[in-house]
Amino acid sequence: MGARNDRKSLRMNLALIVILPFLGALLPGVLIRSGRSAAALGAGLATALAFAGVLAHLPQVLAGEAVATRIDWLPALGLSASFRLDGLAALFALLILGIGLLILLYARFYLARSDPAGRFFTYLMLFQGAMLGIVLSDNILLLLIFWELTSLSSFLLIGYWSHKPEARAGALMALVVTATGGLAMIAGMLILGGIAGSYEISAIVEAGAAIRGSSQYPLALALILLGAFTKSAQFPFHFWLPRAMAAPTPVSAYLHSATMVKAGVFLLARLWPVLSGTPEWFYAVTTVGLVTMLWGATVALFRTDLKALLAYSTVSHLGLIVMLLGFGTKAAALAAVFHIINHASFKAALFMGAGIIDHETGTRDIDLLGGLRRLMPITFGLATLAALSMAGVPLLNGFLSKEMMLEAAAHTPYLGNVWLLPGLATLGALISAGYSFRLISLTFLGPERNDYPKPPHDPGPGLWLSPAVLVAVVVTVGLWPALAQPLVSAAAAAAVGGDLPEVALKIWHGVTPALAMSGIALAGGALLLTQQRRLQRAGGALARLDAGAIYTALITTAESGARRLSEALHDGAMARALAALVLVAVAAGGWAFASAGIGLQTRPMLAVNPVVGVGWLALIVASLCLPLFHRDRLLALVLIGIIGLMVSVGFVYLSAPDLALTQITVEVVTVVLMLLALNFLPKLSVAEPAPRRARDAVIAAGAGLGIGALIYALMRRDFAAPTISGYHLENAYTGGGGTNVVNVILVDFRGYDTFGEIIVLGIAALVIYALADVLLRRPNLRRLMAWSPDQPRAGDAHPVMLVVATRLVLPVALMVGVYIFLRGHNAPGGGFVAGLVVSIALVMQYMASGLAWAEARQRFEYHSLIGAGVLIAGLTGLGAWFAGRPFLTSVFGYVHLPPLEKFELASAMGFDLGVFLTVVGAVMLALASLSRLSWRAMTDERRRGEGS
Amino acid sequence: MEALVASAVAVMTAVGVYLILRRQTFPVVLGTAMLSYAVNVFLFATGRLVVNMPPVLSDTATGYTDPLPQALVLTAIVISFGMTAVVVLMALGSFIASGDDGIDLGEGRE
Repeated sequence: MGARNDRKSLRMNLALIVILPFLGALLPGVLIRSGRSAAALGAGLATALAFAGVLAHLPQVLAGEAVATRIDWLPALGLSASFRLDGLAALFALLILGIGLLILLYARFYLARSDPAGRFFTYLMLFQGAMLGIVLSDNILLLLIFWELTSLSSFLLIGYWSHKPEARAGALMALVVTATGGLAMIAGMLILGGIAGSYEISAIVEAGAAIRGSSQYPLALALILLGAFTKSAQFPFHFWLPRAMAAPTPVSAYLHSATMVKAGVFLLARLWPVLSGTPEWFYAVTTVGLVTMLWGATVALFRTDLKALLAYSTVSHLGLIVMLLGFGTKAAALAAVFHIINHASFKAALFMGAGIIDHETGTRDIDLLGGLRRLMPITFGLATLAALSMAGVPLLNGFLSKEMMLEAAAHTPYLGNVWLLPGLATLGALISAGYSFRLISLTFLGPERNDYPKPPHDPGPGLWLSPAVLVAVVVTVGLWPALAQPLVSAAAAAAVGGDLPEVALKIWHGVTPALAMSGIALAGGALLLTQQRRLQRAGGALARLDAGAIYTALITTAESGARRLSEALHDGAMARALAALVLVAVAAGGWAFASAGIGLQTRPMLAVNPVVGVGWLALIVASLCLPLFHRDRLLALVLIGIIGLMVSVGFVYLSAPDLALTQITVEVVTVVLMLLALNFLPKLSVAEPAPRRARDAVIAAGAGLGIGALIYALMRRDFAAPTISGYHLENAYTGGGGTNVVNVILVDFRGYDTFGEIIVLGIAALVIYALADVLLRRPNLRRLMAWSPDQPRAGDAHPVMLVVATRLVLPVALMVGVYIFLRGHNAPGGGFVAGLVVSIALVMQYMASGLAWAEARQRFEYHSLIGAGVLIAGLTGLGAWFAGRPFLTSVFGYVHLPPLEKFELASAMGFDLGVFLTVVGAVMLALASLSRLSWRAMTDERRRGEGS
Repeated sequence: MEALVASAVAVMTAVGVYLILRRQTFPVVLGTAMLSYAVNVFLFATGRLVVNMPPVLSDTATGYTDPLPQALVLTAIVISFGMTAVVVLMALGSFIASGDDGIDLGEGRE
């Protein structure tokens, strides 16, 4: 079982095979303009290529060698895109792609002219890719992604006829059930990976013994089985499958008989060497499989809708395969693998047959059918052969695997009882024969009727060709089972992990117990058919029981509960939602405090110098005044200004000069911005009732105390782990070429973050511009024009003193900006602060001389400044590529130009220039947008005054 | 000193939370500004408080404070300006469009 990398040979890379269907999914959308045939052809081409790709690997795989490809993706998380093609994977891949091709052909002719066929083929190809991904993945995390993707694409396919309520309900139910199981399985897989120490399936298989011996094994097993059983429609989760029959028939034939429902079975086979062989496995898997087989078959016996009958029959056959895997013997596993192929071939053919009957007669209710054998001879022949195979009649492939199943059951004691399993297995086979005969008899035999909804006739070859190919497989394998031997043996050997007992697939094994059981089953099935009427009266009601009602009750309860909860929290009052958020955060924090302790409070406190005390007092008093006086909005802004100033002073004192510079400049532009907004807004807030204020005060106090306690506890303890700051300090100069470590971190070590942040800032400014633009259009513009100032205006809007002073200051302020920018790499300053300083200088011109004056002299659009800034920063980062370094690595050197001192040039400066430009552009765009609003709102009279 | 910083963070947080629970847009905007101060100081303080050791390399320095929280907070300050500006404009827009600066929707509106 040696895996080898196949890159050198001409054969197709496995990753490419998996990607092909996804690429194919893109084609129908483009090709559908040229008609349905073109779309189907495009999808079919991708499928055929992938099929050929798998076939090319087949000789090697049949020889027992696995093909593998591996692309490391997130090695730190154990996530890699590794694919592996062994016998089991090849068997499934051929089924998925081969039947996929037939389904594409069938669907081309099945879909009505009015159905959006392009979308259908796209969904189908998405599903195909996901399914192929499951079977080829060699990493369970990757497998889980594909697994969920099959649930999603199945949802889309079942709900394809979205105008039908039952299609929407069925799609949702299938998604909820399989995705819930999928979630459980993720947990189970993580446990497996945890025990094995790797998420590679090959490694997990090797660690099988350790996993089975682990104390977490039962939990992992239960979770994984939950995932597999929901996907493969095992009792009691089978109820979604019959309801998924609201899908178009090609989907039922493909997903719900041949492929997706086999994903659970595939997983059980894949993990068979890891999980099987324990009593837990045996009893859980065998019992569920057995019950599912019997229950599904029994219900199928009473259904009159052809597709519902086939759906329950599928449930039953999946139960059979699961039961075989549960036995835990290699012979049973071989039988299971063989039955997977056989079931896929006869069941997909039967579904397509049911689709043809529905298509050509207008109904698929067998009570309305009968006597079709002469009217639809081709369909009759194909469906009958497939149904006889399902019944287990000799010389067809269904017989072979059923014999092997009975043989395996005959040798498996259950709870020490040697008769139980063989007896119940025979019963299952008997009922299965019964409904198969019933299907043939009620649909095709009997007298012709004259009340078919449509006059029945055989369809064109487009519809019958696909089932015909499958029936050819049914008959060929049935007659010459040895033809299937290599693939089945290779698949089973891969599933059981190596050496396989010599089991030859053949028709005649001599007179064995299994033959007798088979005989009983067929005879009993025929007897059931003769007792049809009596049976229908007796068992109809029983067969309608299923867990669907429980599901519906659960979903309804969950929905109404969720609605009640969200309506209680979100009644349109933002305060309520925010209060809930704060309370939950406080409660979570309090719980953490109470349960985990706060660590050793060993760090000594710094001494307080009296000046600092005064600053603190100013901050606290201003803050406490804010809630008391916030209704006077101008006063509130003044208080905010004081608080911001004190915070900046605090930063200076606590060794953070860069922060202080940034805080104080941001403070200025923020207050200007709020003042501009306040121009329009009411100057007073409405008083709120005292009880509400008191309640909010309590919540606020709780939040404040919690945060204060948290930061106090944090500051009083030492670092829990060594910080990475030492690295930054040591490498700032040698690696980043700067002595201001904060700036070097911004433009170099964490340049990516900064790059993202200036983009966010630019986007925020553009959002503001767009919002202002909306306000400048009707009907808002009319309201804006109708607005009149609610405060007395200054007699002189632009006092000469202010105008002159700001214009004189402008060059100086710009110089300061440049200076702060240039020194930023080695001393407090840098692009952010410089950008803010320059913005303030420009804003002063707006304030003093008016918008019209300023805009008339504006050389650059602020939008383009933002764009240029982001571009320059990005290009500087790209520059590192030319030096063969990763994105944003800075390069620096010392330059000596004769008249000047030797100075340093770092590429980081280009990056900082980008930051600078973006900040200037964003701040100015935000402020100018607001100013434009005020400008438009002014009366013409005032505007004339402004212009002069 | 630690107690002073912690109490300042506590008071600023409490005031911020109180203000964002108001029913009109302007106090809520002020509240977000207060919360920004509180959060920025909080993040800064996770680097522990150090006096007279700015993270600017020099031969005479006796030690340096943790530069990383400072770098993070620096961008946070600028971003909070962007956020405040967007919120201010939204508040203004809703006032101009509806003639009312109440913050609640539907039944919650008073």
